[in-house]
Amino acid sequence: MKTDEFRTKIEGSFHLVGGDFTKAGAASSELKSILTNLGISQDIVRRAAIATFEGEMNVIIHAIAGVMYYQVSHDLIKVVFEDMGPGIPDINKAMEEGYSTAPDWVREMGWGAGMGLPNMKKNADELRIDSVVGEGTTVEILIRIK
Amino acid sequence: MKIKRIAEILDAEVILGQDSLDTEIETVCSSDLMSDLLHFSTRHKSLLITGLTNSQVVRTADIADIKAIVFVLNKRPDKDTVALAKEKNIALLVSPLSRFTACGKLYSEGLRSCVDENR
Amino acid sequence: MNVREVFDRLGLSVIVTGDLTREVKGCYISDLLSDVMANAREGDIWITLQTHPNIVAVATLKNIAAIIITNNRSPEEETVRKASKEGVSIAATSLTTFDLSGRLYQMLRC
Repeated sequence: MKTDEFRTKIEGSFHLVGGDFTKAGAASSELKSILTNLGISQDIVRRAAIATFEGEMNVIIHAIAGVMYYQVSHDLIKVVFEDMGPGIPDINKAMEEGYSTAPDWVREMGWGAGMGLPNMKKNADELRIDSVVGEGTTVEILIRIK
Repeated sequence: MKIKRIAEILDAEVILGQDSLDTEIETVCSSDLMSDLLHFSTRHKSLLITGLTNSQVVRTADIADIKAIVFVLNKRPDKDTVALAKEKNIALLVSPLSRFTACGKLYSEGLRSCVDENR
Repeated sequence: MNVREVFDRLGLSVIVTGDLTREVKGCYISDLLSDVMANAREGDIWITLQTHPNIVAVATLKNIAAIIITNNRSPEEETVRKASKEGVSIAATSLTTFDLSGRLYQMLRC
């Protein structure tokens, strides 16, 4: 199916469980397959996969639980993460490469290098972050399909 | 360089991907940190050298379009990891060498890093 | 070969100067602290991407000759402070772990 052939939006969602590293990346992996099957160019699929993966990992590393919504139309990929988590006290700091609030045990698994949000910004066309400390965070990624 | 040749140089056992031994590898990433792998541009066919054996390595490799993973110091991936790699079509090798020696040998044979084109 | 020679020949920027005369016995590469604790040896040069203060504690415990941080990463301020206090040498490079290891491998072999 070519991207210019589908008129309707393709959408879905995944539940994300905080701390569940066994499933970590499953949602992004599936979205990547969906995008590939839609015939979207490899470059855009790759960017979407990376940005989504980092977003998913952020929820799993920091939050209690969350949801990932995705919506794909002929010219836009939108992925939204809504979580119940600690929130981000200083968003600017969180956007710094290498800055991480991940606990040590997470670092031992290979995560928490502080590249999550920067990687998302690098790969998305637009990134919006809304957060309330003590409640949770919403992150929205937009990637245009050319 | 073909995976077959890399397996020889690294004295590695191919535990998955026996039918993809002729795949050409162009660049190598060596990291235990997952986010780091996502930095590298893998327009070039890449191989990952790591000591981390959990299934997220495979998930990250899948997202990063990495073709093969070499686990060093004889660290063996568990069966969940192997099953996932099979699903994602990623070859898995186990080498007795240390990460340093493995990198050193492949570097000496002319392989270089995945270049981050976004930096 | 000692730490100073390794740093010089690889053209690394030295961030913390510990005992640069220490003999380099080998090299260990890992980004996982538990792995370094288990497998690194005294006198090894440790190559990693990790920049947080815990790397200093590990280096001291394992009596590591020096730490090299790759991929253009910089150690955190607290890391630099602790390393200076403990006398742990830290250098940095813009090279990737793979490329740096390759060059160090070739250097230590001859």
